[in-house]
Amino acid sequence: MEIFRVKKDIPFMRFRRISAIISISIFVLAISFLSLKGLNLGVDFTGGTIMEVKYAKQANIQSIRDTLATINLQDAQVQNFGTARDVLIRLPLRSDLSIADLSEKVLASLKEKNDAVEIMRVESVGAQIGEELYEDGALAILFVCLGIVLYLSFRFEWRFAIAAIVANLHDVIIILGFFAFFQWEFNLTVLAAVLAVLGYSVNESVVVFDRVRENFRRMRKSKVEEVINNAITRTMSRTIMTHLSTQTVVISMLIFGGEILNNFALALTIGILFGIYSSIMVGCPLAMWLGTNQSNLARTEDPKKTEQEII
Amino acid sequence: MNQFSSWKYVVIALTIIFGVTYTIPNFFGESPAIQIMPAKSGGKVEITTLQVIENELKIAGIDPVGAIAEKDNIKLKFQTAEEQIAAKSISENVLGSDFVVALNLISNSPQWLSSLGALPMYLGLDLRGGVHFLMELDLSKVSERKNDGLLSDLRRAMREDKIQYYDSQINGGVIQVKFKQEDDLDKVKDIVRGMGTGRSIFGAGSAKETEAFSFLETENNGEFILQIRQSQYADEDTVSFALKQNLETLHNRVNELGVAEPIIQQQGKDRIVIQLPGVQDTAKAKEILGRTAILEMKMLSDDQSPELIERAENGQAPPGTQLYRDRDGAPMLIKKEIILTGEKIINAGPGVDQMTGQSIVSITLDGSGANIFKQITRENVGKRMALILVEKNSAEVITSPVIKSEIGGGRVQITGMENAQEATDIALLLRAGSLAAPMEIVEERTVGPSMGKENIARGVNSTIWGFVAIMILMSLYYMTFGLVSVVALSANLLFLVALLSAIQATLTLPGLAAIALTLGMAIDANVLINERIRDEIRNGNTPQASIHMGYEKAWGTILDSNITTLIAGLALFMFGSGPIKGFAVVHVLGILTSMYSAIWVSRSIINYIYGRKRKIESLSIGEIYKIENN
Repeated sequence: MEIFRVKKDIPFMRFRRISAIISISIFVLAISFLSLKGLNLGVDFTGGTIMEVKYAKQANIQSIRDTLATINLQDAQVQNFGTARDVLIRLPLRSDLSIADLSEKVLASLKEKNDAVEIMRVESVGAQIGEELYEDGALAILFVCLGIVLYLSFRFEWRFAIAAIVANLHDVIIILGFFAFFQWEFNLTVLAAVLAVLGYSVNESVVVFDRVRENFRRMRKSKVEEVINNAITRTMSRTIMTHLSTQTVVISMLIFGGEILNNFALALTIGILFGIYSSIMVGCPLAMWLGTNQSNLARTEDPKKTEQEII
Repeated sequence: MNQFSSWKYVVIALTIIFGVTYTIPNFFGESPAIQIMPAKSGGKVEITTLQVIENELKIAGIDPVGAIAEKDNIKLKFQTAEEQIAAKSISENVLGSDFVVALNLISNSPQWLSSLGALPMYLGLDLRGGVHFLMELDLSKVSERKNDGLLSDLRRAMREDKIQYYDSQINGGVIQVKFKQEDDLDKVKDIVRGMGTGRSIFGAGSAKETEAFSFLETENNGEFILQIRQSQYADEDTVSFALKQNLETLHNRVNELGVAEPIIQQQGKDRIVIQLPGVQDTAKAKEILGRTAILEMKMLSDDQSPELIERAENGQAPPGTQLYRDRDGAPMLIKKEIILTGEKIINAGPGVDQMTGQSIVSITLDGSGANIFKQITRENVGKRMALILVEKNSAEVITSPVIKSEIGGGRVQITGMENAQEATDIALLLRAGSLAAPMEIVEERTVGPSMGKENIARGVNSTIWGFVAIMILMSLYYMTFGLVSVVALSANLLFLVALLSAIQATLTLPGLAAIALTLGMAIDANVLINERIRDEIRNGNTPQASIHMGYEKAWGTILDSNITTLIAGLALFMFGSGPIKGFAVVHVLGILTSMYSAIWVSRSIINYIYGRKRKIESLSIGEIYKIENN
């Protein structure tokens, strides 16, 4: 079975102006969501407390709110999730109460009201720690970008490195844009997903670029545009299969992963979908625009080896 | 062309044997067990202890299914949780307070596997349930306490050397002492220098040393003022010393809680991570860990007149004194100078006063503590002494007895306990050591036991169903080659689990997600290879040559793409904390194992299928369409 019965190269690069407009508008949209709505940062970054409790019977949200109000926690967010017995309580940082005391106080008051409550999970993060986790996250993204640019400059050349990293950051900004628009919670686990997408999406660009480099050696008389079109078309089948495989796993995570892995899987889904688009329609046109051609790419290779490969 | 030399098959067979050996311990499940550890860190458990316990259990009709005696602990395995609980209380009764008995779970995997170091994966708290605390040292309190200690040592030394000073205080982290005579300045400086050691700033043995203290001398109307300030490195030393002591103390306290396999580690320069697997009563854990409960002994001021107290209540306590309250709220003026702190306590236990029937705590002081206590009680007969319990933000006078006579031998009784429970708690805190400085919990993550099980199910189901979906997809699309890729992917899973088990990396829920995700991404290598082989056939190469070229050409791409992913993984590991780190470890290992299995393992099978035949007509790699403009 072969799904992709492409007989002629698809002229991807002919659409580069349209794709540039699309990319820039999505990018601007994502940035504006980010600046207008902002990320809904989880307690990992803002500091605060999340408590997940399970009741033996259906939970009464209003009564929980009232109970919390009696201990001066009117600002608590109480909501159901998953089943009607599961309740998620969010509490902001308090200057008058340490995070250690806060969760105990809440638990004690809930137990007093209804003994059939079980604590499933508590996450409490102080303001200082939240700030540090935020900084570490930003540092990690920076380090990943630098590392990738250096490696690609060394293995390919700087034009590809820049094109790949821009394509990647494009994906990252879009993921963040989605999280800002839907106000999905952005926590440490989602950050892990974002960083995984960075690696994964570069992977995608590398496969296409590798083919472009090979084509430059093979198709010496062709124009740059044709070389790139051929490379994309010939790797299409692989692109779809790989992403399909990864996406099936991610869907499986969306189905079975529960509350904690849900946003992680969402971030990956967006990353995978836009990763395909960006490596083809952002990375390649950018490399072209930066002036990638046969002389600056195929040059570094041993000519004898190239000859052999042509045979 | 497509034949592996036999050593390659041997290597693959060996790695698979390794994989199976280290993976199977994960499938045996766990049994309830008790773990017996010495209460003091560094203690040992003798083999005779095990025999004693086993005898006692036999009398009670409990038959452990297994026993493991190690250098610092004994583990006994039982069939049911009821037996486990019963065995715990029996052991506690037999062993007394020298040992701690904790509940634990032990893998049922056979002894010969464990002796090979083949253990089940080490589950993180989010998979097994428990609490994680990050505690931070209160730095301002550290130097405050250090300065307090320094000043009282200095006063004692000046008194012994008969140096006349008439005002000594601490102001903004600087110790300030006033003298009438200029010569005294140098004498005092020498005394102070003797209290701290210099440290070379260019490494050991270097001539240039910095001093632990800096001095500032000023003269004002015939007064000679000496200001003493700790140098920055001395401050750093103080902090690191305080943290070390707190680590030790927290170790002892966790032991008192009876937790099997706790983790207590320093993080950064002023933080401590504590992980207590299986602990459910977080309130109790927090109370025991978080309580600073420093015991201080000080003398009451001689003048307790109501006028002075009233003025002190308005914030104008006489110099050198401070206003405290006792449990009933009665105010009293107490000298700032600390005679003794809880550090000098070597043992503490609850008890009952024979005369009054009140709850008491009796404490034993160490040698120097006993000497100081003897000297102070001798010099201050008839005066009142206060025992102050300093907790995080409050200090409370527990009792303030009148010293009737000199007390030697270092045995002291503290009265004034509200009830027996309080006596027990305070004794425990004093016995387990006091914290050198207060610590605050700055991060808490608790996972309930049922949540842990649920999380395992979530991660495992995501992996299994993701794997099944990939299996169907690959075999439909690439036929035989697809099936081979799936076998290689299973080998990858095997290697990854074996590696995680072998190095005992902590597996968390994000780690489980990483296993699933790594599988999804690892298949990329095989997809690349299979597509390359199709390409070669399309270009008119023979099947054998196509296999060879396909693997050859895909290799460079696989390497490049995996290295970039590896860079991302390493960055995650370096900067990541908590869940991110758990994800990164698995991700990085998964990338490494996937390169091996996608290239070597799959190639070995393909070679086995196709490589032996001299001539093959076609490859079972799915339908291939011809391309026109190539």
